[in-house]
Amino acid sequence: MEKTICLKRAFRVWQRHLTVYTKLYKTSIALNFVEPALYLIAFGIGLGAFIKDINGVPYIKFIAPGIIASSSMFAATYECTYGTYVRMTFQKTFDAILATPININDLIAGELIWAATKSMFYGTIIIVAISAFRLVDSPFVIAIIPILFLSGLVFAEISMVCTAVVPGIDSFNYFYTLFMTPMFLFSGIFFPLDVLPPAVAKIAFFTPLYHLTLICRSLVWGSAGGIAGSIAWLVVVILIIAPLAFILMRKRIIK
Amino acid sequence: MDIITARGLTKDFNHTRAVDNIDFDIKKGECFGFLGPNGAGKTTVMRMLYCVVVPTSGTIKVFGLDIEDNPSIIKSRIGVMPQDDNLDIELSALKNLIVYARYFEIPYRTSRKTAYNLLEYVGLTEKADENIKNLSGGMQRALLLARSLINSPEILILDEPTTGLDPHSRHNVWNKLKDLKEKNTTLILTTHYMEEAERLCDRVAIMDRGRIITIDSPKNLMETHGGNLEYVYLKLTGKRLKGKENGENNLS
Repeated sequence: MEKTICLKRAFRVWQRHLTVYTKLYKTSIALNFVEPALYLIAFGIGLGAFIKDINGVPYIKFIAPGIIASSSMFAATYECTYGTYVRMTFQKTFDAILATPININDLIAGELIWAATKSMFYGTIIIVAISAFRLVDSPFVIAIIPILFLSGLVFAEISMVCTAVVPGIDSFNYFYTLFMTPMFLFSGIFFPLDVLPPAVAKIAFFTPLYHLTLICRSLVWGSAGGIAGSIAWLVVVILIIAPLAFILMRKRIIK
Repeated sequence: MDIITARGLTKDFNHTRAVDNIDFDIKKGECFGFLGPNGAGKTTVMRMLYCVVVPTSGTIKVFGLDIEDNPSIIKSRIGVMPQDDNLDIELSALKNLIVYARYFEIPYRTSRKTAYNLLEYVGLTEKADENIKNLSGGMQRALLLARSLINSPEILILDEPTTGLDPHSRHNVWNKLKDLKEKNTTLILTTHYMEEAERLCDRVAIMDRGRIITIDSPKNLMETHGGNLEYVYLKLTGKRLKGKENGENNLS
């Protein structure tokens, strides 16, 4: 078995997903965008009418950068949970691909890179949207885009680990209910962590979403200070989880 | 010349032995069949040949190369028509072939031309832009065959190529396979249809519970044991093939 990854072959997998996506984007795009728009309206405008501001920042402006983070996060996780699972199990796409010069590691890398690309794309659309609503203060916001690729890799890898071990597609409910939703709610998107009990805040501090939200907020508001540590943490998480994602997925597919 | 050599090939899945210490050699240009009912280990052998299943023990050499060390090189020279339809259902027939060609690093211009030629070869020219969902089962099998030929393979692996097809589509596939054989492509197929084995195969390996009972030409087997292949199989294994039970062996 080849232990290496050939990026060129991973790119072929990426390219396949892009080809299919360009056929489907009209239907799938809505799924990923309607939700963030609803959050922005419900919380930003609805709840915002009562909350007014957090630490002097209007509430809708407080949550808007977090919506970039959460939207790009869910794009990557949907892709590497449901998307990967369907290709692996129901459509047997992986069988088709693995019968060609593409090897298992190339395939997994292609899946991850595609999910990260999609994550970057969906986050970018939210950046454009909130800019249109004048919720962006700084041109630094552009710097978020490449970071979304990094964070996309983080969430793709975490999801891939989950996909490698679930007994069936219904089991993703546990992943979303017990892991993704709490992370979404308690990573500082909707309120600052310091109101949480210290133990909970500590856990939240280590989630990648917390750091991505911090990065987005800094760059949307125009201060790049303090994001280096958060970026470094994302890289660390990528490096820690990557071997796990590859080993477990490989074990699931190659019998 | 032997193009594939397997020695002591064994595969266990969770303590169940799917393939049990088998040896076989396949010659360049021949049509070699693995014959047996479901669960005999045929598909596992096929999947080991294209490196998706890793042998528990034993070796397989394809083109003289060990499959565990050179999967990409080997796979670039073989074609696989799988048992399950695993086309990209979102794409057109033509696009399916072009996307597949990219995995082999075939440039777009070449692949487009090859794809059109292959669609013509399997009689799907008019369906080039048709979505896969609108193709009949027989057409999808034909497209899978076309896809497996995109890299002009030296070895073509066919896992139950005609299962579930109506007699007409089945004959179409057979004709294509005969044609490919004449062009010196090595064909390896699994089947539980005796007629398919009799018509196409130069040699067959009769498999039962993961083992190869015997390897010989259908003609020799029938002469030695008397009766048709169905009878030979029954005599050697004490079993009927699955097709018989379902009344599926009434092929032509």
